[in-house]
Formats: sequence, C-alpha cells, structure tokens
Amino acid sequence: MKKSYYLFNPGRLSRKDNTLQFTPVDEQGKEGPCRYIPVETVSDLYVFGNLDANSAMYNFLGKNGISAHFFDYYEHYTGSFFAKDYLLAGKMQVEQTRHYTLRNKRMVLAQKFVEGAAFNMLKNLRYYNNREKDLAQIISQIEGYATQISATSEVAELMGIEGNIRQTYYAAFDTIVSGFTMVNRSKRPPLNEVNVLISFGNMMCYSVCMDMIYHTQLNPTISFLHEPGTRRYSLALDLAEIFKPVLVDRTIFRVLNKKEIQPNDFMTDINGCVLKESGKKVFVKAFEERLKETIKHRTLSKSVSYKHLVKLECYKLSKHILNIEEYKPFKIWW
Amino acid sequence: MHITATHINLYHVCHRELWLHAHEIRMENTSDTVSEGKLIHETAYPQRAERYREVVLGGVKIDFYDPKAKVVHEIKKSDKVEAAHLAQVKYYLYVLEQNGIAGATGIIEYPTLRKTETVELTPADRAAIVIWLGEISRLLAQAQCPPLLNKPICKQCSYFDFCYVEE
Repeated sequence: MKKSYYLFNPGRLSRKDNTLQFTPVDEQGKEGPCRYIPVETVSDLYVFGNLDANSAMYNFLGKNGISAHFFDYYEHYTGSFFAKDYLLAGKMQVEQTRHYTLRNKRMVLAQKFVEGAAFNMLKNLRYYNNREKDLAQIISQIEGYATQISATSEVAELMGIEGNIRQTYYAAFDTIVSGFTMVNRSKRPPLNEVNVLISFGNMMCYSVCMDMIYHTQLNPTISFLHEPGTRRYSLALDLAEIFKPVLVDRTIFRVLNKKEIQPNDFMTDINGCVLKESGKKVFVKAFEERLKETIKHRTLSKSVSYKHLVKLECYKLSKHILNIEEYKPFKIWW
Repeated sequence: MHITATHINLYHVCHRELWLHAHEIRMENTSDTVSEGKLIHETAYPQRAERYREVVLGGVKIDFYDPKAKVVHEIKKSDKVEAAHLAQVKYYLYVLEQNGIAGATGIIEYPTLRKTETVELTPADRAAIVIWLGEISRLLAQAQCPPLLNKPICKQCSYFDFCYVEE
C-alpha cells in the first residue's frame, strides 16, 4: 500500500541504489543520521521544509510515478514535480473540452459540483445541530440557497450562490468550534487561527484532488465550475468543492474541539497569522488519518478510503464526459 | 487502427473493456492483479531471455518466440479466461502466417498452475479470426461505450471501480 510522505525537516533527499535516502541537515549544516524510504511505498511527497535534491533523484521519482508537491513558508502551494503524463487519452480530452465549451453541458457539471458541496456542508451542520449547537437558522438559510442552484443559467450566477452558501456556512464555525473565533473568512493572509486552518486544509484538499486527477485520463486544466486558468489545475478546485466539507472542515473541528491544536501552535504578526510547524504536523496527521479512514461503499459494496472516494469521483466524471453515465456528485450518505 | 492481440483478448472477455482500452482509458496501473501478472511474466522463466526473441509484426508484439521450433510462448497468471488466451495466441499464429511463417504453434504457460496448453491454428480458426477482426472494428467505431458486463469476473477487473461506481 503506497502512502504520502510529508517532509517537514530540512535535509537532502537522494537516490541511493534503488531506493530513497533522506539525510537531515540542521541549521549549522551538520548532517544527521540518514534514513531510507522504500520507493515502492511512496505515492507522493509533500515538501514543507527545505529540501536539497539533484536531478538523479527527480529522474528516479519520475520513473516510479511519484509526484512531489512544494509549499512555501506560509504553507501556500507553490508547485509540483510531476512524472511525465502516462495516461493520455485523446478522446477524453476532446470530450472534456466539449463539455466546457458547450454552455448547457458545462452548466450541468458546474451545478452538480455546487449541489454536492452544499449537501456535504449541510451534513456537517446537521451533525452539530444534533449535538446541542443551534444551527437551525443557518441550515434553513443554506437550504434556501441550494434550491436556487438548478435555476441558474450562467456560471457567474452559480458562483454567486456558491459564495452565499459558503459565507453562511462559515458563519456557523464560531458556533461549532469552541475556544477560537473566526468572525469572517479572510485569506491572503488569513487573519486568525480558524482562517489559517481553513486555508491550509483547503490547500491540502486541492493537492489531493490534483493528485487523484493526475492518475486518471482527465485533463486537470479544463474545469467547469471554476474558469480554466483561475489556477493551474482548476479541475482540482472543482472537485475540492465537494470534498472540502468532508475532508477539511471535519478535520478542523476535530483538531480544535479536541484541543489537539492550541493557541500556541499559531504565530500572529503583521503578515497575519501562520501555523507553526508543531501545528502543521498535528493537522497533517489528522488530515492523513481522515484520508485513510474507510467506509463501506454503497454501489461497490466494499470498503474504500476517503482518499479513494476522490479517485472514484474522477471516474464518475470521466463516465459523464464520455457519455456513459450521468454524473452524480458525491454526497455523504451516512 | 492496428488490431492488437490485446484487442482480440479483450473482445473475448468484455466488449466494454475493449472499447475503453482502445480509447486509451486504461486502469491497469491501478490493479494489483495486473502487477502480479507482470511480475510472473518477468520472473517465471529467468533463463528464457537468451534463447527466445521478442517479435513485432504488423502492430502485434509476441513476447517470447522461438524461431527455430516456430513456437509462440504466452505466459498467463490464471486460466480463468482461457478462451481469451486461446484467441490471443491463435491471433499470433494467424499474424505469423500472414507474414509468411506458416505452421507455427503456440504454448500457453500457466507457471503458477504448473500447467501448459498447446495451441494450433485450424482452418475454422482462420475464418473465425476474420469475423473477430470485423466485429472489433465495428465495436471500436461505435460512439457509445458498450454496456456493463455484470459478471462475477468484473470483481477482479481493474476497471471494476470505474464501471460500478455510481454516486
């Protein structure tokens, strides 16, 4: 079973014979004892710390189909090293483009993404509403917005509704999370702890979606809800809409309510608020646990992990695009 | 478009898989069964590489061909879809014949089952292959993907998640 590796410590990653070797290097440039990472257990690398590497290592990663994703000091996603595209399918490309250029076809998919996202957000709210957090008003407000989704005929209009839903949803965070206040959603830079976690988590979710798309024949740059080009891999943003409430928000509620992440895991300065390394590690661990959690799938009747659900979403999207079966967005059913 | 031995094999297993595979919608990279088969293929007969050759003829690739004895060897993991294996090897023999090598025979080897099977090309096979080729061309020209097979074998298929995921 392959897994993601998260590199926080500065050091050098190199190819050693037919496997990977990590040598930690401290601030004085002193090398620590190296450890080995068996290459066949690696699905991808998330690089948060300073990493030294040479082209032999990247060639080796490429041959083994391993991607490396990079993040800057403020945990922003800065880019990825991808092994060369190994799943090219002209027919899929043509059909995917057609679904973007024909407005009717594009709207169908864009609406489904918002519909799935709204459903999963409502699911979170209902869960906490049943646990003595009064969210009834917010729930009915979002339900009201959700009924407008199918009536939209323009993507901009749909994005407006999506924005309203999300804003209303984030207003519930102050009720759900104890000990921290979020006030408003703020980005670039996020101004307080909850916002930092949302940004960090959304970025992790985006990376997972991107990675899953990479292992299918879908083109990551042709998207339906988001305009292609809003960011490099905008299809990942579309998919992330559906999975953010399931993967990210639930993880945030957990780490804050269980006090796994505490105020001293953050650092506030004039550039807003940042998550310290200690906090990042806790969050990434909780997020990874969430990805590995399994559920019994309804139509496949077998256990699948949350991460695999993202891949399955890509399959459903492929089938829709190839006119095999209509796409139904993932809606948490338990 | 060249019709390969894989197409012939898939035609006898699942038309949907054939259509998807031919349109480059491939899932083999995700399948443990496929990597297991590949491993068996690479490790079952370590001494073979010296004596046998890989042959590429008209879009068809034969992994192990013994030019002296005129024997095509095909290694398979299990005999679950035996008819498809037979068809595949018969197609090799047919392509060899079309390229002027008549009288070749085939052996399907199942190293994990400790079993082999010999294959010969009969006049009835030649007629059947012509029909298969026509059918495959027709299937691949279809705009619509063929329906689900819905057989027990689907569970082992690398396309299972793709085909059966719904919501």
